[in-house]
Amino acid sequence: MGLSAADASPLAHVARRAAWRPLEVVFWLLTLLPFWLTPDYLQLASQIAITALFAISLDLILGYGGLVSLGHAAFFGLGAYAAGLFSKHLWGEPLSGLLLAAVIAGLFGYLLSFIIARFRGLALIMITMGVGQLMLEAANSAGKITGGADGLQGVKTWPLFNAIRFDLYGNTAYGYSLAALFLCFLVARRITNSPFGLSLQGIRENSTRMLAIGAPNNAHVRRIFTIAAVMAGVAGALLTQTTETVSLETLSFQRSADLLVVLILGGVGRLYGGIIGAIIYMVARDHFSGVNPQYWYFWIGMLLIAVVVFLPNGILGGAERLVPKAWRRRA
Amino acid sequence: MRRLLSGFVAVSALLVATAAQAQVKIGLIISYSGQFADTGIQLDNGFKLYMKQKGDTVAGKKIEVIRKDNGGIAPDVAKRLAQELVVRDKVDILGGFELTPNALAVGDVSAEAKKFMVVMNAATSIITTKSPYMSRTSVTTPMLNDAMGRWAAKNGVKKAYTLVSDFGPGHDAVAAFKEAFTANGGTIVGSALYPVANMDFGAFVQAAKDTNPDAIYIWTPGGTQPAAIGKALNERGVDTSKIKILGQDELTGVSALKSMGDLGLGIITAAHYDYNLQNPLNEEFVKAFRAEYNREPDIFAIGGYDGAQLIYKALEKAGGKTDGESLIAAAKGMAWQSPRGPMSIDPETRDMIENVYIRRVEKVNGELRNVTIDTVPDQKDPVKAKMK
Amino acid sequence: MIGFIGVLYDGFAYGMLLFLLSVGLSVTLGMMNFVNLAHCAFGMLGGFVTVTLINDLSWPFLATLPIAFLAAALASVLFERVLYRRFYGKSDLDQCLLTIGIVFMSIASAAYLFGTVQQPVQLPSWLRGSVSIMGRGFGVYRFFLICVALTLTAALILMLEYTRFGAQVRAAVDNLRMARGLGIDVDRVFMLTFALGSGLAGLGGALAIDITGLDPSFALAYLVYVLIVVAVGGLSSIGGSLVAAVLLGVSDTAGKYYFPAISSFLIYLVMVGLLMWRPAGLFGRR
Repeated sequence: MGLSAADASPLAHVARRAAWRPLEVVFWLLTLLPFWLTPDYLQLASQIAITALFAISLDLILGYGGLVSLGHAAFFGLGAYAAGLFSKHLWGEPLSGLLLAAVIAGLFGYLLSFIIARFRGLALIMITMGVGQLMLEAANSAGKITGGADGLQGVKTWPLFNAIRFDLYGNTAYGYSLAALFLCFLVARRITNSPFGLSLQGIRENSTRMLAIGAPNNAHVRRIFTIAAVMAGVAGALLTQTTETVSLETLSFQRSADLLVVLILGGVGRLYGGIIGAIIYMVARDHFSGVNPQYWYFWIGMLLIAVVVFLPNGILGGAERLVPKAWRRRA
Repeated sequence: MRRLLSGFVAVSALLVATAAQAQVKIGLIISYSGQFADTGIQLDNGFKLYMKQKGDTVAGKKIEVIRKDNGGIAPDVAKRLAQELVVRDKVDILGGFELTPNALAVGDVSAEAKKFMVVMNAATSIITTKSPYMSRTSVTTPMLNDAMGRWAAKNGVKKAYTLVSDFGPGHDAVAAFKEAFTANGGTIVGSALYPVANMDFGAFVQAAKDTNPDAIYIWTPGGTQPAAIGKALNERGVDTSKIKILGQDELTGVSALKSMGDLGLGIITAAHYDYNLQNPLNEEFVKAFRAEYNREPDIFAIGGYDGAQLIYKALEKAGGKTDGESLIAAAKGMAWQSPRGPMSIDPETRDMIENVYIRRVEKVNGELRNVTIDTVPDQKDPVKAKMK
Repeated sequence: MIGFIGVLYDGFAYGMLLFLLSVGLSVTLGMMNFVNLAHCAFGMLGGFVTVTLINDLSWPFLATLPIAFLAAALASVLFERVLYRRFYGKSDLDQCLLTIGIVFMSIASAAYLFGTVQQPVQLPSWLRGSVSIMGRGFGVYRFFLICVALTLTAALILMLEYTRFGAQVRAAVDNLRMARGLGIDVDRVFMLTFALGSGLAGLGGALAIDITGLDPSFALAYLVYVLIVVAVGGLSSIGGSLVAAVLLGVSDTAGKYYFPAISSFLIYLVMVGLLMWRPAGLFGRR
């Protein structure tokens, strides 16, 4: 297939990337099914949606910016505590809480990005992890504000739009989390398909060359890092608001590491990878731990190994290779 | 095909059988994996033992238990599991809970869904205030340390140094200890908080020893730390006949003593249960527990055991009614003989009232044991007593 | 003054333990660019081997140490042959996922085989207790630990500098393609290095029981510390790992002694500070 001149123009390329494919529309319609098919699993579905949003946020910096972070829970936890404290001390209206958490996590992400943008590789991984651990210790030390190891008590979320209560079944929780996930996904999709997103991928692939063609690498990296921090903060705030609990665990290394597992499992650098990873990982955990509460880790480990052996580059990456060439979109 | 058919018949027969007998469903939320796995497994062992001894039918209803893994401190997971147990599995009673944050989070679910909830280990005072349908069969941290502080001040300790895990329960423990200790004439000569995940106590013990106290009060949530503390005490040459080491039961628990060995000798702790307690009920309980699980029961096991006991007794008293109102009404004021001694549920706070034992680690027949040297009877939670 | 020396002594001993646990990962990560997050699982294996031999078969503690080393080394070769080698040169994210999967399985298997209870180990009496110098106790076991680790370090450095195998390892670390081009059997060199590194972790796991305790969460709990040592020390640098391990051990211990209020922050502050100053690690070349 030869490329015509119009095809080759950069704007046409961007436009073609940004066009919605039918499979995507079907996917998002399917996310509504749990309301009818598995009404007993909506709390789980809500937490999956939150994890998926968190994974998309990591995908923006890892899959598009090329930055590996082992401390992404810092932003998640910051958003979670911001929303929790807001609800405890001011008011429990969820949307404003979400906004506040986004702003605070974004500010922190912006400040941190000046350090982050200077590092790569193992040093970056360890610095992000160190920052995450420092945040965790800070939250633990500030027990008077955060409630320390017992978690923050007294978080109450008001009904959505002052009308829809967060019910025991999780109808509201899932609807709310799903809506937030979808909106953030739209933003992420828009970013990754924009010229800015393309230059990020350029930086990931070859940062020297990008500098040579005049791209402001550090500024780009700082920008995407800040955006990712905002989304992580929103994810944390969603967890706080839908569960009315905040604990130190939201800031933990375990959460950051689990997130990386989720994203790699689903496939890095494709946005949908994070969502698929969250679905598979959390459903598998729920299932295995239900069948065998004590040794389910064994089966999760086996799942990860099986995926990596048979579907390298994650489930979506592996699946892509299995799909006949003709079906794939032209790159 | 034939096998499939017979399988189908068996399944439908089972369905019919279960439908014929009314059921009570209990959802247990316990950490079976992660850092606190052993605690959860012992708790569940206690629960299982009681069910095995008393059968799985109470007040004409069959007990079905659904177990969920909380995986450690994760209140968001605990809450979701509780919600799912209530809406999907339709459980009548929630139980388990070794960890405070998880118990607090599930309190909301118990209150909203009006489900009877039994906390079988988590020991922070305020937990039971989260739901009017909640009771508890363990102990609260302030109960033990209040008793210990009073006892220490009255038994020759003038100056104490406190070394405590930097963790909510640790703060509660040391506050209760300090208050009771100083109110009875003792002085605190120094305090330190150590990080929750700390593994090497040499430096902390040395700093404590350098202040020349009569006693070092140590609070640890258990796990790997007691053994490490014992080693540090020994390495730093702390002589327990000159400097008393005071603590709470976790410091000299069964597995802690095993790994500490003779280093544990002389440590004094407060506890509501120990497998060495001398009473016929306990001897029977320990024997049965050993036969079943090939290890000694501990405070977690007794929490699970009495947790099951409270559920059974409340169900009986309520005549098989399973709603939260009836069960908590039945539980209030319930009194029974437990392997830990006489025990009852305070009708006002829904928390337990029980003995606190002051024990010293001694060698009995070549084996290390917590030997009871004093008993503080009918101890109530001091925090809630003050709230009134 | 003696207090300060005592803190240094304790921190040094703790650092030695961290060094044994991490040196293997540093070398293999530097040589093959293979991210082996299951490194501490091999350490845990060594620990459980020692516990089993002492408690069930009544072996003397010292005799169990070589077995712990061998068991971990052999297990690692098995994994290397069957699984790891398929992933050389592949995406490091896939390597992460693979080895984290192994960590999960090792934790569940250990819980299944040994239970979740803290494993009790009684050291021989000559290793217990302490020697009092000017009123401060110096643990005998820590002295033993330091001696073992320093002897091993010396042996490692001598081997790398003066043996043919050592030269091959250095060549492979410096330039993998060139080494291959010169006819060095890089696969074999790597397998042996990998076995050696995992064996040392196994030995470290066995020696760690008395200081840190042992239960199935060991495989994950110490991963963070090991990664810190590797990153701060610099890849493939034995000297770097040693210095980093001692630095972290001492700062952690000193923090607990002198600044208990911020001691939990200290190890991370030190790490972040050092990495910002030298992103490739203290002795790293890349």
